[in-house]
Amino acid sequence: MDDLRVTQRTVTMNDIKISAKGVDVFYGDNHAIKDVTVDIEDKTVTAFIGPSGCGKSTFLRCLNRMNDTIPIARVTGEIRLDGEDIYDKRVDPVQLRAKVGMVFQKPNPFPKSIYDNIAYGPRIHGLAKDKAELDEIVEKSLRRGAIWDEVKDRLNEAGTGLSGGQQQRLCIARAIATEPEVLLMDEPCSALDPIATGQVEELIDELRQNYSVVIVTHSMQQAARVSQKTAFFHLGDLVEYGETGHIFTNPEDQRTESYITGRIG
Amino acid sequence: MSDHQHIVSAFDRDLEAIQAMLMKMGGMVEAAILDSAKALETRDVELAERVREGDKAIDEMEERVNEEATRVIALRAPTASDLRTVMTVIKISANLERCGDYAKNLAKRVSVLVESPEVNGTAVSIARMSRDVQHMLKEALDAYIQRDAALAEDIIQRDEDVDQMYTALFRQLLTHMMEDPRNITPCMHLHFIAKNIERMGDHVTSIAEQVVYLVTGTMPEDPRPKRDRSSFISEGV
Repeated sequence: MDDLRVTQRTVTMNDIKISAKGVDVFYGDNHAIKDVTVDIEDKTVTAFIGPSGCGKSTFLRCLNRMNDTIPIARVTGEIRLDGEDIYDKRVDPVQLRAKVGMVFQKPNPFPKSIYDNIAYGPRIHGLAKDKAELDEIVEKSLRRGAIWDEVKDRLNEAGTGLSGGQQQRLCIARAIATEPEVLLMDEPCSALDPIATGQVEELIDELRQNYSVVIVTHSMQQAARVSQKTAFFHLGDLVEYGETGHIFTNPEDQRTESYITGRIG
Repeated sequence: MSDHQHIVSAFDRDLEAIQAMLMKMGGMVEAAILDSAKALETRDVELAERVREGDKAIDEMEERVNEEATRVIALRAPTASDLRTVMTVIKISANLERCGDYAKNLAKRVSVLVESPEVNGTAVSIARMSRDVQHMLKEALDAYIQRDAALAEDIIQRDEDVDQMYTALFRQLLTHMMEDPRNITPCMHLHFIAKNIERMGDHVTSIAEQVVYLVTGTMPEDPRPKRDRSSFISEGV
């Protein structure tokens, strides 16, 4: 059995992909994220866990400036992607989001063909110089999204006609079509059945070879299954961040312990 | 264990149930140790027979504890201190089961020992050693329920006393055997008994180590003291 988890602890630390320092987020008067400092590693799945309203999705959205779209949101502090400040004025959020892709809770394919769903990003970012190259990107992305075999004969059919699990893998394939470096996933499996969840989790583990994946999940077992690093958020604080196996067997903080063991905190 | 209760209260009940079973099993093993020592001291074959009979119930208890603990893992997916609780319940039940076997073996030998004359004072020393181990076991189980790592560490250190008692008995038995070959049969049996009690001490130490792991999340670091020097004793003592 190819069990990477066992060898995981002995592997040397990966490079830091995203480095956040003293990040605060305010929604109007609401202080949603309080002084969060965290280094997210490359080629690693990092899970954000915590009760509803703890700020995990808010923080995730800071990583590709999705909070820019909310008028009352204010982000302070520093977030660096490969050492570059992503909140710098010169950074184009659209370019940033091509590098830091996102997959949402509910599968949201465009009301277009499967082919066009994937081709959309590469087209607007001008990643393909001709049709042949675009075809290649579409096939590669669908293969990486572990859905190629299921859709290769019906690329011109609507993406919305696929099953929920297939739609979500299509969305993941769409997110990786622009060759991102980081993939953010906000509850990617909460609308899926256990089999589709398993397929997406398997895909996440494969994506780890090439990307830094950050996943927000309400399922602690999912965090335990797919991630190598886990961050626990509570009331806007990053309470604890560490190796997943360690967090789930011997957490340092009482609040983490209460949460992961299913106790009232 | 966390002071807070689980949101799903049935989870609390399951964890309490497996620990209650483990404590019941511990009580049965303690009784077996005490009774077997008493049977040896008072040359009571009937009591020895009851200890032998009672071991079946201990074995069954171990099976039940492990079955229930496995169910908790399968159905509740315990983590952190809950996971450590379940893991230590499983390991400690194995330690207790071994202690029960040693007590049973002690009881078996009583029926042979009553056929030969008493070997001057040794049965009393062995019974005392046995009571010491039983007391350590009781404290180890208390430390478990109270999540008392300091008490557990203390028990780990005290295993050397048992080792020393065993080494002393070893010398004593060797001397008796050299003095009079008729002592050889009873002394051989007494030696196995002493060795088995010393092994019980090791299992109690292992239980105490599990308590430290349960409370702190890591096994105790210091290698425990070893004072069983019998491996180095020759006839020239």
